[in-house]
Amino acid sequence: MNIVVVVRQVPDLIEPLEIVPSGDALDLDAASFILNESDDHALEQALLLKESGGGSVTVVAIDFGDVDNTLYTAAAKGADRIVKIACDGDTPPAARDSAAVYAEAIKPLRAELVLVGVQAHDELDGGLSPFLAAALELPYVGVIRGVKAGDAPGTVAACKEFPGAVMARMNVKLPAVLGILGADQPPRYVPVSRIRGAMKTTQFEESAATLAAGELLLSVSRLYPPAPATRAEMLSGSEEEIAGRIAEILAEKGLVK
Amino acid sequence: MSAQDVLVLAETRGDALADVTFELLAAGRELARTTGGQVLAVLLGPGGAAYAPALAAADRIIAVDDPRLAEYSPEPFASALREVVEAEQPRAALIAATSIGWDVAPLLAARLDAPLATGCQAICPDGDGLMVTASFCGGKMTAECRVAASPAILMMLPGSYRPTGETGKGELEQRSPAAPLEPGAIAFEQWIYPEAGDVDITQQDVLIAVGRGIQQQDNVELAEELAQALGGAVCASRPVVDQGWLPATRQVGKSGMTVKPKLYLALGVSGAPEHQEGMKDAELIIAVNTDPKAPIFDVAHYGAEVDVLDLMPALGEAIAARKG
Ligand SMILES: Cc1cc2nc3c(=O)[nH]c(=O)nc-3n(C[C@H](O)[C@H](O)[C@H](O)COP(=O)(O)OP(=O)(O)OC[C@H]3O[C@@H](n4cnc5c(N)ncnc54)[C@H](O)[C@@H]3O)c2cc1C
Repeated sequence: MNIVVVVRQVPDLIEPLEIVPSGDALDLDAASFILNESDDHALEQALLLKESGGGSVTVVAIDFGDVDNTLYTAAAKGADRIVKIACDGDTPPAARDSAAVYAEAIKPLRAELVLVGVQAHDELDGGLSPFLAAALELPYVGVIRGVKAGDAPGTVAACKEFPGAVMARMNVKLPAVLGILGADQPPRYVPVSRIRGAMKTTQFEESAATLAAGELLLSVSRLYPPAPATRAEMLSGSEEEIAGRIAEILAEKGLVK
Repeated sequence: MSAQDVLVLAETRGDALADVTFELLAAGRELARTTGGQVLAVLLGPGGAAYAPALAAADRIIAVDDPRLAEYSPEPFASALREVVEAEQPRAALIAATSIGWDVAPLLAARLDAPLATGCQAICPDGDGLMVTASFCGGKMTAECRVAASPAILMMLPGSYRPTGETGKGELEQRSPAAPLEPGAIAFEQWIYPEAGDVDITQQDVLIAVGRGIQQQDNVELAEELAQALGGAVCASRPVVDQGWLPATRQVGKSGMTVKPKLYLALGVSGAPEHQEGMKDAELIIAVNTDPKAPIFDVAHYGAEVDVLDLMPALGEAIAARKG
């Protein structure tokens, strides 16, 4: 199966997020970037499908947020081709605008299956994956945990998550776009030596697709961190003191029996 | 039909309306009061009329019936909803950020070329547009956004509005799609239920929740010991389940379980909106996290900014000392 995976870099939430002086955007210069978690799962799912059924995995990314490391890692994990889309500005386009450029880059690849993380935490007009499906004029289903080859040729079986750990098995006729939340297995670990090896041998292909801003349907007027902890009474002291206080609270509530 | 109306997509869970539908109706009523429009509740699927009495907060209840809507698949649902939105031309369509919402809201926005905002927590009119307050970056950032065009497709975060007792006219209209719905390339096949036999975390009085901050599978054992000492069970956030450290039946949140224990001790859980959705109503929430800005502290009653790996053994000892 010819599988295309879109990967995006997102600000690492472990670092403090900063806002530009005009107050209406994240200060991306101050952020450090990591691979979007559900895109990591999308890549893993693509590699698992390739390993079980053959085919190829092509990774497509906008050149933003130290993406090269992520792309070399993808190559070291087993991606066959890496396609990069140039990003001229300081900020990547919003989810919806970027769908058009990803679609332009993906169309010539003749993908049977396109896998994209269902959510990126920096999206406000989110769901790149369904917008990409619309731009590619392909069917879409998202919130998927696990994809297997289908019973009939040219199909896959995708499990869609619902509340209560319940899943719906969906039969998907290819080609299609799936919004991945989790892969059948956790994303694989790849040793640094293999990534270094991939840096020497991997050639990135440059896509001719160009970014263009669409009509502004949603404009951010102000960003701010939510009001600091309004509810929790913070316990302080050494670990032993905090542990003692928690045990005391639990005992007061009759929870230590 | 009016550009001042607010449309709400009603969802069912089991044989009842999903709780989030009542929150959306409350949001819809509040917005419609300022726009001067009506609240429309849309139900997709056979037998929708049976839910009409429970949707009394709406002015009009539009129940769309077609055999293709019996089980969820994206194309028939998105097409049926699009037909109603095109016919009614509301100011906004409120869709919950559920498994179905994550499909149909963006598909609808793409097909109608309408604006979409995700993570919405509050909405108010702004001239002929809307101002939306939305949460993103895992609950660590809030954005005020202006949505210029109608209809605005707003994906609402569960837990943002409290249902009120307010009622509308509650008039039921039953409809069939103008043309039979196309099945599309993606079809529902079967439900897969979690394997029975594991602990039912929804029935536990005490839950020790572990998040990514637990760092390694071996450390889950420390949480198990605490759970045993308190007569409870261990549950987890999604990344812990994704790693295979605990079964899916232990996941709390949007696609996991909704729990209301007497104690929810959250260890190394950031408190993303999707996690909070499943635990915010616990009677007592104690959160332990090294990041003082972690959103979990917004729903916790008590918090401690300390390393869970240091705290867990100390807490084990403190509980043992109390037990004598
Ligand atoms: C459609 C959809 C459905 C989802 N459903 C769910 C769901 O059902 N349940 C769910 O949980 N998530 C769900 N998610 C994922 C959710 O968005 C978050 O990604 C997830 O909840 C984060 O889990 P976490 O808090 O364990 O990890 P993180 O967000 O990575 O947080 C880890 C926390 O641990 C803290 N920490 C690190 N080390 C330590 C230490 N040594 N001591 C103390 N603290 C430490 C960090 O400060 C951080 O706050 C869903 C997402 C989507 C898109």
